[in-house]
Amino acid sequence: MAEGYVATEHTHGHPALQHHFENMEQQREAGTLGMWVFLVTEIMFFGGMFLAYLIYRSAYPASFAAASNHLDIKLGAINTGVLICSSLTMALAVYSTQLGQRHLSIIFLIVTMALGLTFLGIKGIEYHSKYTDSLIPGKLIPGRPFSPEVAKPGEEGNTHKLHLIPGATVQNVQMFYWIYFALTGVHALHMIIGVGLLSFILYSSVRGRYSPEYHAPVEISGLYWHFVDIIWIFLFPLLYLLGRHLE
Amino acid sequence: MSEHIVSRKVYFAIFGVLMVGTAATVVVAFIDLGGQFNTVVALTIAVIKATLVVLYFMHVRYSSRLTWVIVGSGLFWLGIMFALTLSDYWTRGWLPPR
Amino acid sequence: MGTFTTPAASRRNYINAEYGIKSWLLTKDHKRIALLYLGSISFFFFIGSLYAIAIRLELLTPQADLVQSSTYNKMFTQHGIIMVFFFLIPSIPATLGNFLVPMMIGAKDLAFPRLNLLSWYIYMAGGLITIYALLAGGVDTGWTFYTPYSTTFSNSYVVATGLGIFINGFSSILTGLNFIVTIHTMRAPGMTWFRLPLFIWAHYATSLVMVLGTPVLAITVLLLAFERLAHIGIFDPALGGDPVLFQHLFWFYSHPAVYIMVLPSMGVVSELIANFSRKNIFGYKFVAFSSLAIAVFGFLVWGHHLFVSSQSVYAGMIFSFLSFAVAIPSAIKVFNWTATLYKSSISYDTPMLYALGFIGLFTVGGMTGLFLASLAIDVHVSDTYFVVAHFHFIMVGGALFGYLGGLHYWWPKISGRMYPEGWGRFSALVVFVGFNLTFLPQFVLGYMGMPRRYHVYPPEFQVLHVLSTAGASILGVGLLIPLFYLIWSMRYGRIAEANPWHLPGLEWRTPSPPPTENFEHTPVVTWEAYEFAPIGEMKVIGKFRPQVEKV
Repeated sequence: MAEGYVATEHTHGHPALQHHFENMEQQREAGTLGMWVFLVTEIMFFGGMFLAYLIYRSAYPASFAAASNHLDIKLGAINTGVLICSSLTMALAVYSTQLGQRHLSIIFLIVTMALGLTFLGIKGIEYHSKYTDSLIPGKLIPGRPFSPEVAKPGEEGNTHKLHLIPGATVQNVQMFYWIYFALTGVHALHMIIGVGLLSFILYSSVRGRYSPEYHAPVEISGLYWHFVDIIWIFLFPLLYLLGRHLE
Repeated sequence: MSEHIVSRKVYFAIFGVLMVGTAATVVVAFIDLGGQFNTVVALTIAVIKATLVVLYFMHVRYSSRLTWVIVGSGLFWLGIMFALTLSDYWTRGWLPPR
Repeated sequence: MGTFTTPAASRRNYINAEYGIKSWLLTKDHKRIALLYLGSISFFFFIGSLYAIAIRLELLTPQADLVQSSTYNKMFTQHGIIMVFFFLIPSIPATLGNFLVPMMIGAKDLAFPRLNLLSWYIYMAGGLITIYALLAGGVDTGWTFYTPYSTTFSNSYVVATGLGIFINGFSSILTGLNFIVTIHTMRAPGMTWFRLPLFIWAHYATSLVMVLGTPVLAITVLLLAFERLAHIGIFDPALGGDPVLFQHLFWFYSHPAVYIMVLPSMGVVSELIANFSRKNIFGYKFVAFSSLAIAVFGFLVWGHHLFVSSQSVYAGMIFSFLSFAVAIPSAIKVFNWTATLYKSSISYDTPMLYALGFIGLFTVGGMTGLFLASLAIDVHVSDTYFVVAHFHFIMVGGALFGYLGGLHYWWPKISGRMYPEGWGRFSALVVFVGFNLTFLPQFVLGYMGMPRRYHVYPPEFQVLHVLSTAGASILGVGLLIPLFYLIWSMRYGRIAEANPWHLPGLEWRTPSPPPTENFEHTPVVTWEAYEFAPIGEMKVIGKFRPQVEKV
């Protein structure tokens, strides 16, 4: 048995086939599996923050309800709708690539990215209103520590002031906002990464790199995008809808 | 392993259910259902929405058993972290304070 | 099986395939990346050892005469951080794992070679940031970063160190991800799950822990940093937070982390025991499944670090019970290794000496872990030197011994040279003696009440501390010797043939050092792992049932 060190014969397959894989199917399987394993790490990453939310919400239910009611439910609901639309367009982008409809897939990718940026824009508006109401927790903004104005009885109409329900304290409202910014901030970061990822996919699509035979990167990016949507599907009710029935 | 292509009809149908679910969640949030029931309903709707996204948009319904195991493990491990940590927080009050 | 007597340099292999620093720093070859890691890990081990030397020197006397308290706090903190995050966690997976996983399954590389290289750069970035933090002034919170000291009161470089650890975590995640996908999708034809070497099973289980646990550390360190920077109260009782929540989140990762450190070492030991006793491992499936069991159960026990933290006693009871349960799969491994040794043909080469040392020392470490798992005993020995001795028996007597044994065992494959066997055995003995002298007295110290992380102590403890420091000096010498002869052997060692130990493993079926693509043709596996020739034929060199048949 000769111990050769002659170079392994190249399987001249698809130009996108990497040298250490035997065939495109193995490469696709590995790539998909890799993204799923990565998403599991993301579940655990967000999970830590969800755990903190759960514990403090159980400890300070009134404060959390009061703080949640101060969030803009209209913007939150619109953002939820925006992300669900973007999941649809992402799925359709993958679908079009599977069928070789390059122009359609490019359009869907662009729409998905636009919806993602819309989400981020709306989030920015929300963050700004928190800033003006001095609801950014602790000393995150050095010149503007957490110091919301508390509404007195009779000031129900004022949306810039914090309405405390019985049992709520400003300190524990700050705890809510700490968790709110941690969760939505990390989520927004993942959205930004997602948009970046899709821009790379868009570029490759425009260059004609994908086809019915080779579109694994589009599928895999889709998995990431849907996952970020799922996180928001949980964030919305947990952060925005807590205490609406107490309003 | 041939790839299963999900039809557009399914995608649009799931999209419809997701939007309806979102609207329902918002509407129900304003109705006082007593005790913790509001949370239960909101989370149930969220879980259904997430499940639909996972099964159809992420193609898990048509994926290998290995993928199912991976998704299941991630959720199971999250469950472990929650359950055992809560075993501390929810039993702290059991001992009478000295 | 051919033998090569021409110098390695004149035969094309992964080391001389390309020259120049760019070919190493931009390589995608898992073997070269393993060597990059080998160098960096050795560097960090050296730094961590310097802190250990300083600690043991200070502890020679009961007074604080070498360093001030604030400096001592930084010394044990930094010893822990460097050794845990920058040596133990990556050690075997990033060096031996990276090198061998593709070869043992018959693949050309890992599934994601570029992610592999990225993981090394991430590791270096995290490490250098941490070194910067150490040089800038250090961190004094203990490697466990308990709040609210770390978030509110400490005046040290907590955020910078935390950033280094956060970044390093991604290196771990990428390595684990790579291994999982590779083992699932790139096994050679005929390499079924139950023909895999136990080294692979161990690394698969380790990768599960890396992937599921490390993200929680990441979010914990992130929250810690934000709390410190922004003065928010998620862990601060003065602001409505709970410091025990930090401990839950921290230990949810850090307990499974100890299994990241020891599981690969157990995988190495399985290889060493079977191969150096030339006998099929006893109870292969039990050993394989016990690796998975340790990975799973390891996630259920973190509360045993919180027994004295004001955690609910009921939760404590649950965690105590589960901590007893996690010992069972480890014990199963020890029983199976012992049964493998029984009536076998043992050769006491250096790797085997380390493997035998592992079995003894890990058993001691594991049994003292049971003491700690008992709530009532733990109340007394928690935060004493008993705990310190326990985890050093596992981490040094266990993980490090496996690492050294594996490094020697696969050294001919990695470098194409044999290390000097006499020196190898001698230093293994020195390490074993030094280790025991260092840490056995610490069990007694802890039981007698010597607290950990203290450097001022009652004079009646001094004798034991002096013994421990003496042992540490011997241990240090024993660990330095291999550094010299391994480097020496790279140039002057005996040229190693493809299969210098005459063993059936797939990694021994390629030249030493291997070519870049590992195998000339994709192997087709038709035999089980650890198939040795009948005893009567053992003495004949080269006669064994091959594990592989050519395509």
